[in-house]
Amino acid sequence: MTDDHEHYEAVVVGCGPGGAAAAARLADHGVETLVLERGPEAGSKNVSGGLVYAEESAPYTLDDLFDGFREAATERPVTDYYIHNVAGNSVKTYDLTDLHEHDTDWCDSVLRRDMDSWLETRVHEKTSATGGGVLTNVRVNGLLRDHGEIVGVTCDELEPIEADLIVAADGVNSELARDAGLMDWAEPEEWFQGVKAVVDMAPDAIDDRFDIGPEEGAAHLFSGDLFEDVRGGGFLYTNADSLSIGTVFHLDSLVEQSAEPHELLDALLTHPLLAGWFKNEYHEREYAAKLVPDSKKVAHRRPYRDRLVLVGDAAGQMQAQGPIIKGMNHAVTAGALAADAFAITRGTADPAAAGRRYTTLLEDSGTMAKLRPRRYDLARTVGERDTVTNAVERVLASPIGSLAVGNPIADRLLQRAYNSPFLVSMLPDTKTGYISLPTLIAEEHGKTIHWESDIEPPTLEERIGDLTYDTDVGNPHIELRDESAAASGAAVTACPVSARDFGGGCYRSEAVTTNGTEETLVSLDTQPCVECGTCAIVADTEWEHPRGGKGVEYREG
Amino acid sequence: MRSIVLTKGVPDFSEGAVSFDEDGHLERGKTPTVMNPNDEVALQAALQTTVRHGGHVSGMSMGPPGYGEVLQEAMASVYTDDSYLLSDRELAASDTWATAITLSAGLETYQEEVADIDLVFAGFKTADGETGQTGPQTCWAMEWPIVTHVIALDIDPDERTLRAKRLVEGDIDEVETVEAPLPCFVVTDPEFEPTYRTASHRLTHKRLRAETEERAANHDAHLTTWDHADLNLDPDYIGLDGSPTIVSSVDPIPKAPSEREATMIDPDEDDMGDVLEEMHPFAAGAGD
Ligand SMILES: Cc1cc2nc3c(=O)[nH]c(=O)nc-3n(C[C@H](O)[C@H](O)[C@H](O)COP(=O)(O)OP(=O)(O)OC[C@H]3O[C@@H](n4cnc5c(N)ncnc54)[C@H](O)[C@@H]3O)c2cc1C
Ligand code: SF4
Repeated sequence: MTDDHEHYEAVVVGCGPGGAAAAARLADHGVETLVLERGPEAGSKNVSGGLVYAEESAPYTLDDLFDGFREAATERPVTDYYIHNVAGNSVKTYDLTDLHEHDTDWCDSVLRRDMDSWLETRVHEKTSATGGGVLTNVRVNGLLRDHGEIVGVTCDELEPIEADLIVAADGVNSELARDAGLMDWAEPEEWFQGVKAVVDMAPDAIDDRFDIGPEEGAAHLFSGDLFEDVRGGGFLYTNADSLSIGTVFHLDSLVEQSAEPHELLDALLTHPLLAGWFKNEYHEREYAAKLVPDSKKVAHRRPYRDRLVLVGDAAGQMQAQGPIIKGMNHAVTAGALAADAFAITRGTADPAAAGRRYTTLLEDSGTMAKLRPRRYDLARTVGERDTVTNAVERVLASPIGSLAVGNPIADRLLQRAYNSPFLVSMLPDTKTGYISLPTLIAEEHGKTIHWESDIEPPTLEERIGDLTYDTDVGNPHIELRDESAAASGAAVTACPVSARDFGGGCYRSEAVTTNGTEETLVSLDTQPCVECGTCAIVADTEWEHPRGGKGVEYREG
Repeated sequence: MRSIVLTKGVPDFSEGAVSFDEDGHLERGKTPTVMNPNDEVALQAALQTTVRHGGHVSGMSMGPPGYGEVLQEAMASVYTDDSYLLSDRELAASDTWATAITLSAGLETYQEEVADIDLVFAGFKTADGETGQTGPQTCWAMEWPIVTHVIALDIDPDERTLRAKRLVEGDIDEVETVEAPLPCFVVTDPEFEPTYRTASHRLTHKRLRAETEERAANHDAHLTTWDHADLNLDPDYIGLDGSPTIVSSVDPIPKAPSEREATMIDPDEDDMGDVLEEMHPFAAGAGD
């Protein structure tokens, strides 16, 4: 064995909710635990919507693992929950509080820089007591192997480190999961892309405009024709003194429609419905984006190899339960279960014992069933078959369909249907669920808003200009392997900080004439990159995260 | 390892902090004093030594009682275990020579009263009129070897030696590696960068940083002040009275020649004899 490497009992890669939970629980078990985080501070790389759920049925929640979590690290508890079906200026709103409260012990809005950095401090306290601790500005760049077996990690900044347990909690686009051959980054339909703006609003203005108390919060979801034909939806969550407003779209749909993510966000921000809340004041604190895995398709059923276990987004454990997005809570559960699995199997000769036990715990706790519902697999075969979709679409478009959706009884039924966790999780990933039905509902039942929005969101250039970067000059973390438009052209629009005819973004396309034939080539400048992961999937690239501490630094997240 | 870092207060030249009188002269009384920015590098070198080999770092400074804040800044912003301020009205307005005498008296008193010293670190010359000679002169007074322009450093505690990379400036900068016995005087170059390549070093670094910040919040409890009596210094020999030089203009310190050979010698009689013999012709002017 390689004696010259430093050894820790456990190494946790990433200090988001998944890594924090794993490390805290490992420390509780007395396991010597080292946590490596590539950001200058935990949270500086992370984005979520963000509502943190504590499910009644979950084996672990953040406040179980971290005393005082809600008081110190969250924004507001969500007490009101609505969905708005939009067709032009016509909006039909349903109260989804029942759906939201289903299996919910509590649910708070969060901003990730504050939340994760608070967790980092607690995790460092706990793990220091075991002889380990949290190190920031360290990027793990691969797995250390001995005779083909995974035994540790390699880093940009440090000598290789060996460990008995390696927890990959490195989020979506996990380089470790890819290195282990457990995840690939091939299919756009397996991912969502989330884009978000954090917008200033004084606490009393929030209370007043959303009709809530200081200790209350509101969540609003948006679907319908707001985003034309791109499948996905919008959200607005209240924080203590700001709003988180964003969109989540199926990546394949974004690519198919050649949609510009920032324009879709702007479509939401400038909708008259939101003007009523903004009252003509708009100051954007931060623009952010990140990919989100779709657990229904990619949650790994056996997320381990040798001593390596995957937790959270790295394992694809991000559940889109209809409009409700649950990633952080599952990352926490998975992290804690992985730690328990290691504690139970500690000292076993078989290096994969912890991983195997972790898989069993995911099953037995019901977590895997939430992430990959069997009924979805059944519904999917129906939902995704175009013929069926088209048939449903035709019915909805017909006078009979409208009549069915449009009658007053249907209205009540629809509200109930939206509030059924079972039905929402059945909503297939097609236009029907995201666009046609909500649009029709709005047309048939909606109230028309008679004012216009005066809000002018910042341009992409201004948004990039407002972000903080520590650029790794001369050392780009993404390289284009194929610069043809066919291979990489999709990134020009799908990249959230690039756009057609915008020279200041990451991806640009230019017409080049060689030997008399004109072709379109794609070029890349990673300086404005927000490390969202999109082009790792939709373009032909050599994709890595930047070195520790380099790249974009979110202040809000 | 027992390290001393010599720190110096300089006027805060950062924007908005400097105060000038009507004639455009710097008002030192109104301009806050901060640590010489180059001393941070020296502190980093001492911290790196402590992270790698364990030990104790004391900050030492000479100046008016207010300079306690400079030592506090050293403790808060990088690392020291405790602070020693050499402060006395008699010590005011010392030139580099008298400063060197006082600092070496401080080091000697430290060795007598506190502990044996392995390493003394100092930063590169300051921007406020210092000539860059305090370090060498203090060292000369201590009769220790000195290594200047240090950009990287490693210690062998068993052999009690230090290996350092020095930046030798020239038309083309060169880096030379030298070795010296401990105790030794180290003048860091502004290019010095501490490196921590293992997880355990980084964890130790993080722990020491947290501890020193906490300590600095209660700095007075870690501060010892020595006056000329404590230092056994004759007031006639120090301060303005004892300053043989008057600064007329400031020249850059001569650049070290870029090609040379470093030979390790044992400071015992025989070896020293060899050295003296080799140097004799030059000393007599025969080398020209
Ligand atoms: C727009 C948007 C809205 C969302 N809304 C919600 C919501 O409302 N509710 C919800 O529960 N979830 C939501 N999510 C999903 C949620 O953010 C993720 O599921 C969750 O953050 C996953 O946690 P994690 O710990 O697995 O990974 P992350 O939180 O991504 O943490 C991974 C950590 O690993 C670090 N890291 C990565 N690579 C390396 C490396 N090589 N070396 C060292 N460190 C590394 C990163 O810096 C990061 O700190 C949303 C996501 C987006 C993008
Ligand atoms: S360059 Fe790639 S990873 Fe960076 S922001 Fe654009 S799509 Fe995302």
